[in-house]
Amino acid sequence: MRFMMLMIPKGYESASPGTMPDAAAVAAMMKYNEELQKAGVLLALDGLHPPSMGARISFEGGRPKVTDGPFAEAKEVLGGYWMIQVRSRDEAIEWAKRCPASGNEVIEIRQVQEMADFPDDVKEAAAGFEKLQGGKAA
Amino acid sequence: MTIVASIEATWRIERSKIVAALTRRVRDVGLAEEFAQEALVAALEQWPVEGVPRNPAAWLMTTAKRRAVDTFRRRAVETRVHEQLLSELEIDGEPAAPEVGSSGGDEIEDDLLRLIFIACHPILATEARVALTLRLLGGLSAAEIARAFLVAEATIAQRIVRAKRTLSEARVAFEVPQGADRASRLASVLEVVYLIFNEGYSATSGDDWMRPQLSEEALRLGRILACLLPQDPEVQGLVALMEIQASRAAARVTSTGEPVLLPDQNRARWDRLLLRRGLAALERADALGGAAGPYALQAAIAACHGRAPSAAETDWPRIAALYAVLGQVTPSPVVELNRAVAVAMALGPAAGLAIVDALQSEPRLAGYHLLPSVRGDLLARLGRDDEARAEFERAATLTRNARERAFLMARVLACGHLPRPE
Repeated sequence: MRFMMLMIPKGYESASPGTMPDAAAVAAMMKYNEELQKAGVLLALDGLHPPSMGARISFEGGRPKVTDGPFAEAKEVLGGYWMIQVRSRDEAIEWAKRCPASGNEVIEIRQVQEMADFPDDVKEAAAGFEKLQGGKAA
Repeated sequence: MTIVASIEATWRIERSKIVAALTRRVRDVGLAEEFAQEALVAALEQWPVEGVPRNPAAWLMTTAKRRAVDTFRRRAVETRVHEQLLSELEIDGEPAAPEVGSSGGDEIEDDLLRLIFIACHPILATEARVALTLRLLGGLSAAEIARAFLVAEATIAQRIVRAKRTLSEARVAFEVPQGADRASRLASVLEVVYLIFNEGYSATSGDDWMRPQLSEEALRLGRILACLLPQDPEVQGLVALMEIQASRAAARVTSTGEPVLLPDQNRARWDRLLLRRGLAALERADALGGAAGPYALQAAIAACHGRAPSAAETDWPRIAALYAVLGQVTPSPVVELNRAVAVAMALGPAAGLAIVDALQSEPRLAGYHLLPSVRGDLLARLGRDDEARAEFERAATLTRNARERAFLMARVLACGHLPRPE
């Protein structure tokens, strides 16, 4: 089963554009990433630029509305993610516990929905969604 | 999450590394497993009472080593070899407080690689290698392995015990083979990993619930090997092959469990992440000069399908060329039959039929239902219905799969209804 480990750094919601983690934190994180890879559980990972460089698109009233970051109302934002393949939720938690995260960081783990989790009608509908993902990747 | 669940999860992650490290020290994989198990028991007793140690992984490793030392002491072993063992154990059995997050580094990795090599040692029968690898590297219980292979649990348990005894009696060296031996030993490792993958991937036997686990386990092992042997192109080739094949898993069966053949698969259901990983591994195999390795070639063929946006856009000339190379590297009439199919797709049914006809007298394909099945298909496409019908009938009598037989009988009927060419 797959899990996303979502990194939520406190303060990142108001970080200025171009904010980067410091070299020591990156070095520690690289070592951790390597551990995940050597254990054969790491499928993908990425870090994200701060929300001040992003935008939010809301759909209130059925019309898309674009708001440039930072987002005053956001209390928690993503800083990055890992996608891992493990044998249980407990194992995903165990890996998250090993992360050399700082005191202001939180990791949320979430199981990735797989086709097998869905009823048939959702499977059919989801097949079209996957095609969109595939178009991006190919 | 309970503390017991946490201990068990840590255990699953650390188990093979601990067994590997102990095997190097006590020279016996069965004993190593016992000591490792004792460390787990100690954790289950102590952690709920005393709290989880700062570095649970290192605690388990240290505790297992101490158990080994204690046992050797208790047994009052007198031979010099054992004294030496004991002193070795005592030196690195009592490490300074390990850093939080320290992995033990290269030494543990080397031990893990050695453990893989002995689990797949050619002195063992293939089925014993498979069982031992799943046990030692995957941490699967005999019951889980038995469930996956539809074999009695006692049979698997015996197989594992016997395999350990064989390794012990033969005093198999705990090492990464070098020199002339290396290639064949590595081939044995890759074969075992691919066997496990295929057992999970193919629909021949076993419990439906266990089988995806087997494939995932094989992939995990392959990915670990790719880190341990980053310079080996065939390891990358095997990982590429497994990732690409696994990317199709969801599209290979209908919601009612019927198999879907490659050209008919809904490509939107292919897992793009795994496909991308597979293509990346294939690139690494190529970059390491391994494009002509048997796994890399099979991965390259799978990649041709993976890259095609639709079945109609498949690069059949390239697939035909890859099969030709594969046939030179690992000559096999089955590969040649596959080449015939690719050639027929690339150049037309007549070109394919010429290759199939040359295989007609091949004794290794006698009784192989796909030979008449493929030949029937090519004949039908050439409008030679009577001959095609006879081939489909023959194929239907040869296959043991009921679904396939029904499919072939439908083709027999279709031949009768098609308009005849003049």
